[in-house]
Amino acid sequence: MAISREEVLHVARLARLALTEDEVERLTSELGAILEAVGIVAELDLADVPPTSHPLDLVNVWDEDEPRDSLPLEDVFANAPARDGDLFRVPPTV
Amino acid sequence: MTWEPVIGLEIHVQLKTLTKMFCRCPVGFGAGENTQTCPVCLGFPGALPVMNRQAIEWTILLGLALNCEIAPVAMFSRKHYPYPDLPKGYQISQYDLPSCTNGNVVLPTADGDRVIGIVRAHLEEDAAKTVHVGGRTGRIGGAEYSLIDFNRGGTPLVEIVTEPHLHSADEAKRFLQLLRQTIVELGISDAEMEKGALRADANVSVRPAGSDELRTRTELKNMNSFNFIARGIEAEAERQIAVWESGEEVRQETYDFDAAHGGLTARRAKEEADDYRYFPEPDLVPVEPPAGLVERLRSELPELPAARIRRIEVALDLDRATVLVTGGLDRLWEDTVAAGAGAVAAANVIANSVVGAGVDVDAVAPAELARLVEARERIPRAAFDEAIAKVGDPRFTADLYLAQEAVSDTAELEPIVDAILAANPGQVEAYRGGKEGLLGFFVGQVMKETQGKANARVVSELVRSKLQT
Amino acid sequence: MVPVVDTLRLTAEDALDLVERGEVSPAELHASYLEAIGERDGELHAYLRIVESAEGASIPIALKDVISTKGVETTAGSRILSGYVPVFDATVAARCKAAGLTLLGKTNTDEFAMGSSTENSAWGPSRNPWDPSLVPGGSGGGTAAAVSAGLAPWGLGSDTGGSIKQPSALCGNVGLRPTYGTVSRYGVVAFASSLDQVGPVAKTVRDVALLYSIIAGRDSNDSTTVELPEPVQLPDGERLDGLRIGVPKQIESLDAIEPGVRAAFERSLELARELGADVGECDLPTSYRYGMPCYYLVAPAEASSNLARYDGVRYGPRTEAASYDEMVERTRDEGFGAEPKRRIMLGTYALSAGYYDAFYGQAQKVRTLLIREHREALSRFDVIATPTSPTVAFPLGDKAADPLAMYACDLLTIPSCLAGLPGLSIPCGLSDDLPVGLQLLGPQFGENALFRAGHALEQAIGFDTVPMRWRAATESGAR
Repeated sequence: MAISREEVLHVARLARLALTEDEVERLTSELGAILEAVGIVAELDLADVPPTSHPLDLVNVWDEDEPRDSLPLEDVFANAPARDGDLFRVPPTV
Repeated sequence: MTWEPVIGLEIHVQLKTLTKMFCRCPVGFGAGENTQTCPVCLGFPGALPVMNRQAIEWTILLGLALNCEIAPVAMFSRKHYPYPDLPKGYQISQYDLPSCTNGNVVLPTADGDRVIGIVRAHLEEDAAKTVHVGGRTGRIGGAEYSLIDFNRGGTPLVEIVTEPHLHSADEAKRFLQLLRQTIVELGISDAEMEKGALRADANVSVRPAGSDELRTRTELKNMNSFNFIARGIEAEAERQIAVWESGEEVRQETYDFDAAHGGLTARRAKEEADDYRYFPEPDLVPVEPPAGLVERLRSELPELPAARIRRIEVALDLDRATVLVTGGLDRLWEDTVAAGAGAVAAANVIANSVVGAGVDVDAVAPAELARLVEARERIPRAAFDEAIAKVGDPRFTADLYLAQEAVSDTAELEPIVDAILAANPGQVEAYRGGKEGLLGFFVGQVMKETQGKANARVVSELVRSKLQT
Repeated sequence: MVPVVDTLRLTAEDALDLVERGEVSPAELHASYLEAIGERDGELHAYLRIVESAEGASIPIALKDVISTKGVETTAGSRILSGYVPVFDATVAARCKAAGLTLLGKTNTDEFAMGSSTENSAWGPSRNPWDPSLVPGGSGGGTAAAVSAGLAPWGLGSDTGGSIKQPSALCGNVGLRPTYGTVSRYGVVAFASSLDQVGPVAKTVRDVALLYSIIAGRDSNDSTTVELPEPVQLPDGERLDGLRIGVPKQIESLDAIEPGVRAAFERSLELARELGADVGECDLPTSYRYGMPCYYLVAPAEASSNLARYDGVRYGPRTEAASYDEMVERTRDEGFGAEPKRRIMLGTYALSAGYYDAFYGQAQKVRTLLIREHREALSRFDVIATPTSPTVAFPLGDKAADPLAMYACDLLTIPSCLAGLPGLSIPCGLSDDLPVGLQLLGPQFGENALFRAGHALEQAIGFDTVPMRWRAATESGAR
């Protein structure tokens, strides 16, 4: 099952990857091969089978509404690429 | 052709839990930037969410108040979209298995009860706050950089989605006011729009009146007061009607309401629609509310605003009843009436004077207020106003104020009235020429002259009769 | 003077004993391992960084570099976390600390734990202690190589589709992938949330059981964890009487399994029979045909989501750009290696509108079938046995250019991971002078049964965990 170049570019946008042209070409063929291999799951008729999203049968795991200490600012920003006062700085969003 | 707006609302309510939805950082307005954060709400590698039990309980409580079905199995999902205020690159929300579905809100109107359908109410985490800096106007377009404060990120949010059952801007506004009061009375949120604790977006379309088609709708965002919401919806409905009537078609767009100009600005159309790639959140397990819990919460529901409006409407009228209930004033009203005050008089005094004076309604002694209401016409205006301002004080008594009598003796008042009329010949002529509103001016002048001690009604009669020549 | 400690041969139990009896201090022990690392890790590159000072009253431990260690750089084998120093400990790291274990260093890993050879590490591959031209397996090749080369008495790895078991098999030591939910993932750089588990790697089954008891148990920071239903028991039996071992009949016809591996596997089954076990056949048809496809949909989908947070905003290196979108896209393209990018793309596609039902949705249903299949087999057998890896260690570069060939390394480990079941790999023999691993799979919370069976077999097999090329040196007593 091949994947088209357009689809690869679309998925790259969703995945937020600025792929180089080489990467686009390589991924188009690699993903095509992988999708062919994994796509065989479609062979099975699983209409009556429920999906498993959690391997353990657990429900209702939660915490009481009791505050715990937050991180000190030096920890918050310990690894920050760009700190502006007490805020994280990024290039403009549009 | 007459047209009918078709409006659905998407409302977000911040719950006033002590901690965030998926971590135990404190929640609260006004803390130092990024001081209420931890590896979880900052999206550090390896951090994992843990549900807040209180938030889940309050969501169920809200669902019950909205007459919803409470899901026996609810599940959180990841909703992916790219924005700096989403540190994980996805928001934990509920998607195909929300906590509450299929409810309604009964909105009392002059033409009977309107049942507004609630599609769902679900729980999610709020995004962080991004501030855009620099550029020409400080708005997104042309900004130099953006700054992010993650304090708000992770606050529990309930999203309520209504059916498109509202048919006017005014109806939408009254629905929101009723919903807000309901939420406040449940004790789960202060729901103040100015603080962003209550947000509402509107989906608006129009159709020929009487038809049941659903035409293309647009989305209105960024309206942060009830009035803006009403104005925004009204402006958009008008715009859409004009489009259809000119033979064009309404396009699906998103608009921001600009409070400064009172107008709508279309957002730049996105190249592609969002693909949220929802899938069940593997780091959280499903929520299966124990049967006992739902029943206990149901039994703890107070009598809700809509029911109370209909109940007290009998003694008043729909508008006054609505104002009292949605303002959280009806309990005081009931107690004041029970203490002997007239229904309408008490409603007016409470809704106008007491609220206007900024008094805390929970601190008012109804019996004392009732006495003031009864004496309203009899005692000087100044005395009344002063009494109202203090009626919430501890151990307040009306005695002092009731002892004062407004001057009603026409013999005493007539000379003063004559003097005022003589001093203002221009206004007298204008009044006789048709400007009847000037009556208030003359009465005001007399009240000023008597330092508020005259009986306003008597003065008003005197002036009217003297000018009627 | 530093006492002569044969780190090549020393088990964790031995080391604990030495420290307890006062024969060696924790600092001296730590120093001995640092010395061994100085001698042998230049060639093997098992470690990404070392911790010089011993902080703790007990023996050292190596941690895979996906495990957050407060104050010590943690990169998950990726450039996109270069220089990232966590401000908090993963729960498993904190539990090791609380037990007095001293951090020796962070071991190499395929980037974001994605791989079967450690060749995907942004910092260069690790090498197999038995033959440095061969891979140590992956993604946890660093920890496995460190243990087998006497560069750590034991260590922690992480297993998503076989990343603990397979390197243990290729390096000739013992690795446990625990029951999903028994070990906390808090602070472990996430790959696939419904599959990841941290587990112990060591020279003996008893060591592995001991380390498991230190890290296992419910963590309130990880909603998917539970208390162990029964405490961990250190095994000490020698027989397997009454043990019912099931071998999937599909194993027989899997061409991917090398003859030498198959021979060693069958010899261990023979040995098991001699020890009193009953060996029979079970049937896992869906697992062997659809297990890999299912895994390579579920895991990349969850990974694509877990890796969405690496955007250069709050941590990690950033590629500056004029707009936020461009900054993020370029930071990610430059920071991620080829394998994470492949899986992110695959996973994003599998979750995307229009494809969810056929891919991710369908894979979730296949997973249900795998769980049922395993449950059925484990209702008739106490453990399921297979070779851990279809092949012994292969040369560096052999499969690096062919993603599907690399994925096939996990053929035998993947199905039970999808079912959330525990798996123990023990060395069971040699093929072409290279280690072969035996995989024992148990029901949920069946670790004690695995330890009992593994220990008895281990004693009977008598595998020498010291790589052949170093046996002379250790026999003479040198470090």
